[in-house]
This record gives sequence, structure tokens and C-alpha cells, in this order.
Amino acid sequence: MLGSLSARAAGHGAAAGAAPAVRVAGLTVAYDRAPVLRGLDLDVPVGQTLAVMGPNGSGKSTLVRAMLGLVAPSAGRVDLHGVPLRRFRDWGRVGYVPQRLSAGGGVPATVREVVASGQVARRRRLRLPTAADRAAVAEALEAVGLTDRARDSVHELSGGQQQRVLIARALAARPDTVFMDEPMAGVDSASQHALAESITRLSARGATVVLVLHETGPLEPLIQRSVVLSGGTVVHDGAPPAPEGDCARPGHDHVHPHADPAPATAVPDLEVPRRG
Amino acid sequence: MAEMLQLDFMRRALLAAVLVGMVAPVIGTFLVQRRLALLGDGIGHVALTGVAMGFLTSTSPIITAAIAAAAGAGLIELIRARARASGDIALALLFYGGIAGGVVLIGLAPGGGIATLNSYLFGSVTTVSTEDIVLVVLLAVLVLGVVGYFGRELFVLCQDEEVARAHGLPVRLLSLVIAVTAALTVVLAMRVVGVLLVSALMVVPVAAAQQLTRSFRVTVAVAMAVGTASAVGGLSTAYYVDVAPGAAIVLLTLAVFVAAVAGGYLLRGARGAARAGRGGAEDPAPGTIPQTEQGGAAT
Repeated sequence: MLGSLSARAAGHGAAAGAAPAVRVAGLTVAYDRAPVLRGLDLDVPVGQTLAVMGPNGSGKSTLVRAMLGLVAPSAGRVDLHGVPLRRFRDWGRVGYVPQRLSAGGGVPATVREVVASGQVARRRRLRLPTAADRAAVAEALEAVGLTDRARDSVHELSGGQQQRVLIARALAARPDTVFMDEPMAGVDSASQHALAESITRLSARGATVVLVLHETGPLEPLIQRSVVLSGGTVVHDGAPPAPEGDCARPGHDHVHPHADPAPATAVPDLEVPRRG
Repeated sequence: MAEMLQLDFMRRALLAAVLVGMVAPVIGTFLVQRRLALLGDGIGHVALTGVAMGFLTSTSPIITAAIAAAAGAGLIELIRARARASGDIALALLFYGGIAGGVVLIGLAPGGGIATLNSYLFGSVTTVSTEDIVLVVLLAVLVLGVVGYFGRELFVLCQDEEVARAHGLPVRLLSLVIAVTAALTVVLAMRVVGVLLVSALMVVPVAAAQQLTRSFRVTVAVAMAVGTASAVGGLSTAYYVDVAPGAAIVLLTLAVFVAAVAGGYLLRGARGAARAGRGGAEDPAPGTIPQTEQGGAAT
């Protein structure tokens, strides 16, 4: 009995190890019957830093929200670490940085309170935080460079600093799978630096990072793979599209993993390198 | 004060007022955090229908009010989730339905009239009976227990509902918990300040506290202190000056709010000076793309 149990546990572990961090299969999401994602397939291997890119309305935010179960698919499925989303319970492993202008609610809260609230899925009821919990919060604050603001109200911070609070909140639970929705939007350079630092640390720890980005910008060296969406389907999957300036340079040799199948009109305002 | 405490009915009134002044701001903090400050008002109006139902069926109006308020609170969550109405539309629906229902039902009750509702509309803390006190104590313990047990989850929910869902929290259940707890608080406060002023005790102490605080926990504590002090102060004032106790309590919380606004200005001025002395400006890190200016924090 015990033997079969442990054998099953071992088998389960092996299966989970082989499963991608995120598997999206045939995913269709529609708002008011207008499809935003059309039968999308995507595997994100464990430990990969992936950028989901595309023009406004291409469905990139919807894809990440569907990966977290925040929008219900009309067809297809999402698995997190080999478990269908509906049955996934291990939310302490998952971090989410939403696209927000402000980190605060209607009542003042200190930076530390907001960051510590990221541990909600891990902490036990009616218990004070353990030394490990406190250490994780301190580490998250340090990663985004807000240690000295820990006791200030989030309302007193700049927009970029509030974005950093949201990143630290996601880091506080020490997640191994992190989703960030446009973390660069409207962020000052100090916060971009903090963001790059956080992603580097996550990556070094073997965490999977999925970023929704409008442009790679200073994060480019950290991104291992980029998926470009247009009209709810994947039109590019491979190396990050290089910034426009690079492409324009004479002698620039950009190797595509496969031919770009999308017609030119499908990607109107994208910086996908195209040789012709 | 001592003279006031020699009277039985005043001792009961004081106990009820202290409990309400302490408990209402706790749940109020979560409502303000969620930007649903007027939820208490909406629920209060529905509670009025419950009171009328109590008279109609000759049962305790507090119990029927608690049932109606809890049902109304559940309904508002349902409307928010399903009917594509924003929070304030859902509230408006409750306001009108609750008042109209109360007035119609009280008219049907034997010997009932609008005047019967008066003590519930404006409160009548000095007529609180011993049984009322038992109910008030039970409700207060229940509300504080719920907030203590679910506090961490409720904080995340009220801060950002989407993040709460991404944490795998049972958002529907927690929304219902907070709405029903608010409903019980409304019923609890109904006898003290009345349905029309119920929300004031939930919201105004919080509004006063957040002028002075930076932390959520401290805001809750200060709001509880403001609520309790206002309840005691208002009730004592009403005893000596002979004005309506509920209204006196609410006016006192508003006075505290005005004082807190002034105090907040002074406090922030002092903190700002201290920070400028430290030299808190940060340099942009080199090698990054300059983007938009530092965003204004929406408060």
C-alpha cells in the first residue's frame, strides 16, 4: 500500500517534471461572441522567459488572463504544470502582475502590507507570518529597490514605484511561474531597471516568466522566446523581434526560425523584422 | 457621566453605542477599500423592508431586518456579477426597492404607519431592550470573528479583485462574506443611529482615520477609536442637551473628520520636511530608455 503510494507519487513527480509550465491547446476566447483568440496553441516550457507581443487588440492580454483563469475560454484548454486550470490548486506557485495605474485601494496601505498580501495563497489562517514569510517579503522589496519605502503608503509613491510594488507583491510568495501584463507601461527608468533585475533573479532561480509586452526595449537580452499575436493567432514564434533600429542597420542578419505566414496587412504596426 | 450611568436604559444605550461605534468602522474600512462606501446605505434601505416585514408578521424586527439585509447583500453581489450593472447601479436598485418595499409593507401591517418606522429610520438607542443588547453583542462578536478569520483574503479581494482570483481565492464566496457581514453590521447599527445614518458610522470614521495614516491596519484601529469615541460622546451630548442621539453621534464623527483633515495637512507637512532633509530623490538607472514622466498616484 505504502509502496504503491510512493511509486505513484514518484510517477506523478516525473509527469509533472515533463509537463510544460503552461500548455494552451486550441484556446478560443470570445467577448460578446467576437473571438479575441482563435484556436491558439502554445507550450511554455519550465524555466523559459517568454514575451507575448502584438499590436493593441491582438489578444495578448487576453491570452495571459486566460492562462490564469481570469477569462473563461469558449473552447480549448489551459494546463498549468500539467494540471487542467479548473483543477489547479497550487496557486502559491503562481505570481501575477496586473496592468494597473495604481497599486492602492480606497484606504491607505503601506508598501509592506501590499507586498505581504501577495503571500495570501501560501499563508495559513489565523497565524502570524513566519520568519521565512518575512524574509520573502524583505527579499521582494529589495529586488525592486523599495526597501526604504516599505513603511510608506503606496499612495505616496510615483506611478513607476507603484508598478514596482505590484511586481514585489507577485514575488513575495516566491512563485515559480510568473505572469506580467504590460509591466513596462508608463514606467520610469529606475522601475524598468528594477523590473529587469527581478526577471533576472526569477530566471536564475529556474522560474517560468510570461511577459505581455508592447516592445522588448531594455528587457530584450532577458527574453528567450517571443510569440507575436495578431488577430488572435500566433504569427511569429521564436527569437524576439529585434528593435527597428537594428533591423534597419546594413548587414543586419536576422534569422527567422520559420517563414512568417501572416500577410503583411495582418500586422500593421509591428516591428517584426521582414526582409524583402 | 456618572449620573447618566445610574440609569438602566442609558447603560444599555451606552453599551450598544460603544459596540456599534467599534464594529461598524471595521467592516467600513473594507468597503471603502473596495470603493463601495455606499453599500451600507443600500443594505440599510433593504433592512427597512425587513423591519416592516417584522411588524407585518409580528416577529422581532431586528431578526427580519437581518434576514432581509443579508438577502439584499447577496442580491447586490449577484447583480454585480451577472447583470452587467456596475456597483453603483446595483446600489441604486437596492435604495429604491428597499424604501418602497418598507413603506408598502408597513402600511399593510396592523396598526402600522410610516411613524412606526421612525425609530428605525433615525434610531432610538435609548429604547434598546435587554434582548436587543444580547442580539447586538452576538452580531458584534460575529462580525469581528469573520473579519479576523478572513481578514487577509478580504484585504486582497478589496485591494484588487482580479489579483484575488489569480491567487485562486474563492472570490464569489468572499464577496458574499463581506456583503453579508456588512448587512449584519447595518442591522446592528440600525437601532443606534437609524437606517438613514447607518452608513455614516461605517464610512466617516474611516475617512477621518485615513487622513492621518499610511497603513491599513493602523487605519482600522484609528477608525475604531474614532467610531467608539464619537458614539460615547454623541450619546452623552444627547443625554445632556436633549437632541437625537443618532444624529449627534454622526455629527460628532463628521467633526472628527474635519479635524483629521486639518491634522493630516500638518502631519504631511512635517513628514515632507523630514523626507526633503533626507534627500529622497532617486536617480534614474543608466542604460534604460526614458519613458513617461513619473505617474501621479491615483488616490
